[in-house]
Amino acid sequence: MSRGDFEIIRSWIPPGSRILDLACGDGQLLHELHKEKQVSGYGLEINSQNIEACIEKGVNVIEQNLDRGLGNFKPGSFDTVIMTQALQVMRFPHLVLEEMLRVGRQCIVTFPNFGHWRCRLYLSAHGRMPVSKFMPYTWYDTPNIHFCTVRDFEALCREKNYRMLNRMVVDRSYTSGLAGRVWPNLMGEVAIYQLTANAGKR
Amino acid sequence: MPEVIPAGSVGLVEPKAIHFDQSLALNCGEQLDGFQLMIETYGELNPARSNAVLICHALSGHHHAAGYHCMEDRKPGWWDNCIGPGKPIDTHRFFVVALNNLGGCHGSTGPTSHNPKTGNAYGPDFPVVTVVDWVNSQAMLADYLGIEQWAAVVGGSLGGMQALQWSIAYPERLRHAIIIASAARLSAQNIAFNEVARQAIMSDDQFFGGRYLEENSMPRKGLGLARMVGHITYLSDDAMGSKFGRELKNEGFSYDYNVEFQIESYLRYQGESFSGSFDANTYLLMTRVLDYFDPASDYGNSLSSALSRATAKFFLASFSTDWRFSPERSREIVDALIDAGKDVNYLEVDAAHGHDAFLMDIPRYMRGLTAYMNRVAEECL
Repeated sequence: MSRGDFEIIRSWIPPGSRILDLACGDGQLLHELHKEKQVSGYGLEINSQNIEACIEKGVNVIEQNLDRGLGNFKPGSFDTVIMTQALQVMRFPHLVLEEMLRVGRQCIVTFPNFGHWRCRLYLSAHGRMPVSKFMPYTWYDTPNIHFCTVRDFEALCREKNYRMLNRMVVDRSYTSGLAGRVWPNLMGEVAIYQLTANAGKR
Repeated sequence: MPEVIPAGSVGLVEPKAIHFDQSLALNCGEQLDGFQLMIETYGELNPARSNAVLICHALSGHHHAAGYHCMEDRKPGWWDNCIGPGKPIDTHRFFVVALNNLGGCHGSTGPTSHNPKTGNAYGPDFPVVTVVDWVNSQAMLADYLGIEQWAAVVGGSLGGMQALQWSIAYPERLRHAIIIASAARLSAQNIAFNEVARQAIMSDDQFFGGRYLEENSMPRKGLGLARMVGHITYLSDDAMGSKFGRELKNEGFSYDYNVEFQIESYLRYQGESFSGSFDANTYLLMTRVLDYFDPASDYGNSLSSALSRATAKFFLASFSTDWRFSPERSREIVDALIDAGKDVNYLEVDAAHGHDAFLMDIPRYMRGLTAYMNRVAEECL
């Protein structure tokens, strides 16, 4: 079974690309990309069960903690560096993004949008940090230490002079709709961005 | 002693001596006119001859990697926890070949062998062989066994260096290289430990310039000392601490320089038992083999250029508290492989045991290796 954000990402990746997938989980995305787009590449992961699942799939997996950086990878050594649903877990998300765009010619990131109306409603109605099936943790035990909204993320991109090649927001079933295109920060539950460091003309 | 052979063991095994009449040109410029390799095999070679796995040993290893030689054996082969039916290197699926390398002292041609030119043991006249020479001799062994391509070449520590060298020297002759707790070259600190070991041996007054066998003697003190130093570097501070701590041999101090602490007793025992079963010239040679290995040196010191010829897929593992072959050394190989665009999997295992971890039953390490070997086996059909 394929995750919805994977389908969107797949459509953005040209065949034969060289891919680095940060926090690659069980290797599903790389496995699909390899089968359908003949990409080559590696996944980085620290969870041992995930690593074993990657090995079983024949996905190249390297045990490496992202908080230690990507200093061992050469600049521009990958076509695309991908990180799905892990930006909010990083100690220094802005530095990870910077590294992704140093190592890759472009990057794709996906993250849960904290600006979604359900989060806003939960916070204003209950006065407590939103907890849902989609984000099931309480504030003190969550691995998600750097939540942001679509507007927050885009402000960072502007500040860093990153160019947005693609943006898509989807709901929890990973479908995109008109509302999400008009009010991404309100209607999007998951945001998917494709970025490059080459700031072009706006 | 096993009363019965444990389940998951390859059982009783018999070493075989394979003689080669061909000469082997060595890195040092000399050549061996014919030589012998001691081997053991476990499992069956399949009709396609595609399921052979070569096991390369480390510093003090040999051909007896799994099973028992007789029911009186106290211990099985040195990697018995990894090799056997249902184990990570599953002998139901693989034909496993383990050998004693050239220069060894367990039956393969080495310093204790008869030198046809002098009529005595080679002793110090045995040429200093290298990992490159070893791999060349292993390729001759593969020819002898009718194995055109190994499913995998596997080794830990110095054994991992051989697997790495195979992937560079004979890229078409192996499908997978499995390199555990190893390095593409020794660091200065690592060479320094080897030098201490060599000095310990060579300064023993029973060494006689390496001709101790002719003198009916053995530099046992020196060899034991060399092993003691080695042992310290194979364990982590934590592992030693939890095993021995500051435990005393007797009650209270005796205010002298005899054995006071359990760790001293352990080291002395290890040194003594090793020096009774290993050859000092072989120990010197093995440490030199380690020192000299540096495949990148032929490629402008670029390991990724050296590896650009490789077609094998790689699996590497290292252990967090291993300071003799630290995770950094394994990462150097991984980075070079990524740079060269090769297929590689890398496991960095949290383990308290230091370098010795590569021989131990650490669940996460065993699961990762098993998962990888399953893939290797699936390709063997």
